[in-house]
Amino acid sequence: MFVLSGLLILIAPFPQSSKTPQKRLIRIEASSFQFTPGQIHINPNDEVTVELVSMDVVHGLSLDGYDFELKADPGQTVSATFVAEKTGVFRFRCSVACGNLHPFMIGKLQIGPNQLLIRGVALLILSIVAVFYSVRQIPQFQTRLA
Amino acid sequence: MVRMDLTRYPWALSILRNRWPQFLLRAVTLAGFIFTILAGLFGSTVGSHNFAIIFVWIAWWTALKLIFIPFGGRSWCSICPIPMPGEWLQNGGILIPRGKGFGLNKRWPKALRGSWLQAGGFLLIGLFGALTLTSASVTAFVLLFIIVLAFVLSLVFERRSFCNYLCPIGGFTGLYAQAGPVEVRVKDAEVCASHAEKTCYNACPWGQYPLALKSSANCGLCMECLRVCPSDNIVVNLRPWGSDLGPKTKHRLDEAFLGLVMLASALVDSAVFLGPWGELKSAAYSIGSTPWFIFAGVFLFAAFVILPGFYVGAVLLSIQLDSTRITLRQSLAKYSQVLVPLGLMAWIAFTISFAFAKFSYVLPVISDPLGWGWNLIGYSNTAWVGQSTSLSLLLQIVILAAGLFWSSRVAFRISETPRVALPMIAFCGIFSYTMLWLLIG
Repeated sequence: MFVLSGLLILIAPFPQSSKTPQKRLIRIEASSFQFTPGQIHINPNDEVTVELVSMDVVHGLSLDGYDFELKADPGQTVSATFVAEKTGVFRFRCSVACGNLHPFMIGKLQIGPNQLLIRGVALLILSIVAVFYSVRQIPQFQTRLA
Repeated sequence: MVRMDLTRYPWALSILRNRWPQFLLRAVTLAGFIFTILAGLFGSTVGSHNFAIIFVWIAWWTALKLIFIPFGGRSWCSICPIPMPGEWLQNGGILIPRGKGFGLNKRWPKALRGSWLQAGGFLLIGLFGALTLTSASVTAFVLLFIIVLAFVLSLVFERRSFCNYLCPIGGFTGLYAQAGPVEVRVKDAEVCASHAEKTCYNACPWGQYPLALKSSANCGLCMECLRVCPSDNIVVNLRPWGSDLGPKTKHRLDEAFLGLVMLASALVDSAVFLGPWGELKSAAYSIGSTPWFIFAGVFLFAAFVILPGFYVGAVLLSIQLDSTRITLRQSLAKYSQVLVPLGLMAWIAFTISFAFAKFSYVLPVISDPLGWGWNLIGYSNTAWVGQSTSLSLLLQIVILAAGLFWSSRVAFRISETPRVALPMIAFCGIFSYTMLWLLIG
């Protein structure tokens, strides 16, 4: 029962966003190991144009879950557009080796509500309910719980 | 509880008894360790193109948390190369048990026993992690320092004092080995009690007496006791996960501190390496600068005040709800068991996002380990920008939920009544949510 509930929490569809899609222009500055802004929130199906500006060395921007990548030379601005069809939280990462902390140069794009976080919280609550249930099944705990 | 004794199978017993298989594995890890130091010192300064960075901090660190500890407890310690040179000198040979070799053979100072120094070492890794994990030369110097320190200490102190009391990774593996599915125990306690020579204790490089083993935290699975026991009275069991955690095992205050340090480190590493906060990364990296001192202060405040504060608060509440009167110190030690599955699963969840996104670097550095433009196996330029997949994110959620379930269950098992466990379950819930927010939020 708990396994089924857990699966339901992980895969149950969420209600669709009622917000009207917009056209957005987002300027992201890339400099030694950080994107500014590092956290961006948009709505599902927004048409997003990303302007990547490199402030020091060559940087890239690759978005998890989307086939979207930009590369910018120092001082250069490059841009590209995509439609935010998938909802959730997606990391964007530097895609050009830019220094020691390059593998950890990460930003966050949230499209609509963070469904995974909601599912995660529900699963944590379920795990606590499950542990109460599981200790009831052990004979030596039944007297304690009574 | 169900146990499967591996020594009942002749092929397994012969592998465990024979010193050669273990020696060969240790020789490979020692060669790899030396090569890693050389690669760090003389290879490319670009971390993602250097064997030292990718193999230590991506391949080995991932394997330790996803394979060695969850499926073998302290199995890494049985093939770890760091204590080898000193141990050979202590033993006076390579394929022989402990004997009269070279060294002062002094006992480790009583005041420095326990896992306090290991916890301190792990904090140091966290404080300097952004530099150590990304700079090949710093990684090489750290490894060189560790192996020299282990060697020097083995000349002064008896047995594996470095592993037992100083090695931060030994602290990490020892703590979480309590949740692991492997244990060394005795078959028949009477046989040991009537055996006056205690050959197993004399041969054990970890200073353990198998008859007294109630936890796998300090057993390095070296199998020396199995090899020297004249009565074949040692068994190696596969057991259910978490067998060392329960009302019957004894725990110490330093285990609670070590467990809390591990939780704090998991939170800070998740924020620094996986979070979107560029200024935090820069602060953690720029050692000696004002932002770094602020970062270090916040990290230490989390490790020494915030997490211990919540933990002590939860334990105090449990004491208030408990009818049996045990001291705060005893309760802090007892509830340290709850931190074991909680921390292990948090580290696994952290590692999944780390490893999934960065594993693409492993084959290219095998192909070109020094970053000198070689292409030994044809994979030199195949690294791609890794990413978190839906599967890895879902897996992290499930693992954190499993950690909360497991730790809450341990809290129940060791509490006098169910309501006594509630404060500790709340502590676990708050930690799990924070970890979830850092990884998924």
